[in-house]
Amino acid sequence: MVVIALGVPQVVDQFGLLQLTIFAAMCILALSLGFVWGYGGILCFGQSAFFGLGAYAYAVTAVDLGESTAAAILAVLVPAVFAALLGYFMFYGRLSDVYLGVITLSVTLIFFNLMNSTAGDAYRVGKARLNGFNGMPSLPTLNVPGDPARLLDPTETFYLVMAFLVIVYVGLHVLLASHFGRVVVAIRENEARCELLGYDVRLHKLLVFTIGGGIAGLAGCLFANWGAFVSPNVFSLTMTSQIIIWVIVGGLGTLVGPIIGCLIMQYLATTLGTQQLANTNLIFGIIFLAFVLLVPRGIVPSLRALGARAPGPSRVHDPA
Amino acid sequence: MDLAAVLTFEILNGVATLVLISVGLAIIFGMMRVINLAHGEFLMLGGYAAIVATNHGVNIWVAMVVVAPLVVGVVGVIAERLIIRVLYGRMIDTLLATWGLSLFFIGIVTTIFGNTVAGIGAPLGSLGVGRYSISLYRLVLIGIAAAILAVIFVALRQTRLGLIARGTMENPNMAAALGVSPPRVYATTFGVGAALTGLAGGLLAPISGVLPTVGAAYVAKAFITVISGGTAILAGTAAASSLFGSVNQLLTYFTTPVIGEAGLLAAAILLLRVLPHGITGKLFKGSL
Amino acid sequence: MSDAVLQTLGLSIRFGGVEAVRGVDFTLAERELRCLIGPNGAGKSTLFKLLTGQLKPTAGRIVFRGHDITGHHTHAIARRGIGIKTQVPSLFDGLTVREHLWLAARRTNPAERARAITEEILERIGLASLANGAVGRLSHGLRQWVELGTVLAGNPELILLDEPAAGMTHDEVARTAELVREINRTHALIVVEHDMQFVRMIARTVTVMHQGAVLVEDTMDQIMKNATVRDIYLGKHGGS
Repeated sequence: MVVIALGVPQVVDQFGLLQLTIFAAMCILALSLGFVWGYGGILCFGQSAFFGLGAYAYAVTAVDLGESTAAAILAVLVPAVFAALLGYFMFYGRLSDVYLGVITLSVTLIFFNLMNSTAGDAYRVGKARLNGFNGMPSLPTLNVPGDPARLLDPTETFYLVMAFLVIVYVGLHVLLASHFGRVVVAIRENEARCELLGYDVRLHKLLVFTIGGGIAGLAGCLFANWGAFVSPNVFSLTMTSQIIIWVIVGGLGTLVGPIIGCLIMQYLATTLGTQQLANTNLIFGIIFLAFVLLVPRGIVPSLRALGARAPGPSRVHDPA
Repeated sequence: MDLAAVLTFEILNGVATLVLISVGLAIIFGMMRVINLAHGEFLMLGGYAAIVATNHGVNIWVAMVVVAPLVVGVVGVIAERLIIRVLYGRMIDTLLATWGLSLFFIGIVTTIFGNTVAGIGAPLGSLGVGRYSISLYRLVLIGIAAAILAVIFVALRQTRLGLIARGTMENPNMAAALGVSPPRVYATTFGVGAALTGLAGGLLAPISGVLPTVGAAYVAKAFITVISGGTAILAGTAAASSLFGSVNQLLTYFTTPVIGEAGLLAAAILLLRVLPHGITGKLFKGSL
Repeated sequence: MSDAVLQTLGLSIRFGGVEAVRGVDFTLAERELRCLIGPNGAGKSTLFKLLTGQLKPTAGRIVFRGHDITGHHTHAIARRGIGIKTQVPSLFDGLTVREHLWLAARRTNPAERARAITEEILERIGLASLANGAVGRLSHGLRQWVELGTVLAGNPELILLDEPAAGMTHDEVARTAELVREINRTHALIVVEHDMQFVRMIARTVTVMHQGAVLVEDTMDQIMKNATVRDIYLGKHGGS
């Protein structure tokens, strides 16, 4: 992965590089849900809420300060804190899986409605106008920390996003291999047994949810920086559906799966978008249905089961 | 005095809207334990059905009250037969499948009608209350919402079909042993829930207009209402609608619609922290 | 009663109109091995759920080593040192046997020590050859052993065993009894069991529960002679 990352800018043109940069940012977003849902067993349908919060936190802070370092840090912190708060109510209130899905989905849709209605001069944070459904254009992009005048060029941005992707991917593997990570997987397998062994299920879930929120926020920051633009669409049903589809297509319980799912669907969305052959929602809806009904385990676990020639229970932790 | 009257009207209106958009979902969820994420799109389809029918010369009331529920009811039965039925008992897969269905509907409608707002004018006029004026149509909506709740109550309590439905939800195996066919009951329940949702979509079309993605604006509120309501379909929907409708409208009136929306969500999350099983989770166990 | 490991005072729980556990006063001494018997529905498993915090009592108190743990969370009670093997083995089906033991051992031990404990328990319960297999594919009898081993790996001060011999062959039952006696050298235990042969192998004091309440508490021999106990097992006392 690292070799590819270093070599890519030499072989693709500017457009291709920008394309790959956004793909990589989205892969980080896919990983966040792959972790929360696939390993933590937390049915989060509102991952885009944290993604969007990260994007907006970056946008507002960058506009106000004219410098991106604090903005990038806040883009991770704000969604993480929000996730912790929301998670506290959900996990300590002992809401069941399905309720969790609905609440998280509702949260992101309410954010969507909220942000859409912030048009007008009244809605501003410092210098930053939120602009409602028109979004916030011409955002300051990432600069070298401490030097607002020195902005990153597209190649540097690509390297940075790839570096974050590798860090998140490796970091999640390390985390899952740790004591904490093993307990998280055990909780997914059997909550009651974990409690009887003395592990605080609520706290573990809360931490997973918070970490996932922070990672999604990072992806949001990179997204806002990529287009120098953010609009309420980061909270839209389409956005949150996409993240779910990536994970469903790629497969739960792996980290490679969501990345593969994300790449396939992003490629498809880009192609459909340029060719205007059919409505993207229509195609995504059909793929979504097809996977739930026909390949419920997703691509990666299904291929592995095929490779192992044994349809046993899903692998819980795999270093691949 | 006038202000009080208008404020009461606004609150009742908010409550009625919540009842309308969530009652179909409450029936499907409460009776079948199926969370239908395409619920917003059922509302959207109801709206389009009413608008298209009206534009083709059908009387607007017929379009809203007959055509919209009929169309969406049929769509619901087809969806139940083709998709939901395959996944019974797999709650999360059902949830995901209906999500796919929702995208599918958005895609189809966008392809046919384009991504623009369609609308019809609201019938009736307005009524003067002192210095204020209120829409007569909205007043009628409050009545319709109350009527829907009353009809469902009577249907569940007094009719054979209602008894069969309640029995099947309580214990499918026992109902089957008594000669009731659970698949038929489920299909009917889903169809009725969808039809009620279509009716709501039709009735709200003149007020809010319709576009392919309008479902997203409703679905969150509908789910929050149903979940916070808890197990009792009618009492829960009515209670949660009243609570959230009041919070939403009061905040909207005194601040902005944005705060109103946020307040609704915050109220729901706080409520579920205190009562994880919703308002009627423990209090009204076994009631409707 | 300072030497009591566990004490319940008037412990009761009511489900709707049914009082599944009624005013149970129960005391377990240090290193004691107590068998809990009674017909189905006597409230034995419910009592275990109350002791482990899976259910909250409607009345009464639970005192463990001088600490009132009534109404505490399940994980907090487990942290105080109560471990349970549930009636239907509660396991992580996707994890291996080794991972089960490690998870239990690792909560209270550093990584190195947890690994050592894991290997030691694997030997002790005789599952070393199956250590890396997913637990979901094991037979019921083997699952019983895995759960027992998992509880042991956590080294709780008080161990509750709910029907540890169920679904085992005659030889396995004997081995389980042997293991229980061995555990009892260092730990206090409460064992719920229907298999009277098994109870005879391990028991000194037996508590008989009936319709949610403690009926009688005595030595195994006295219990076997008790006419009331015989009657309730044959269903003459109605209710069960």
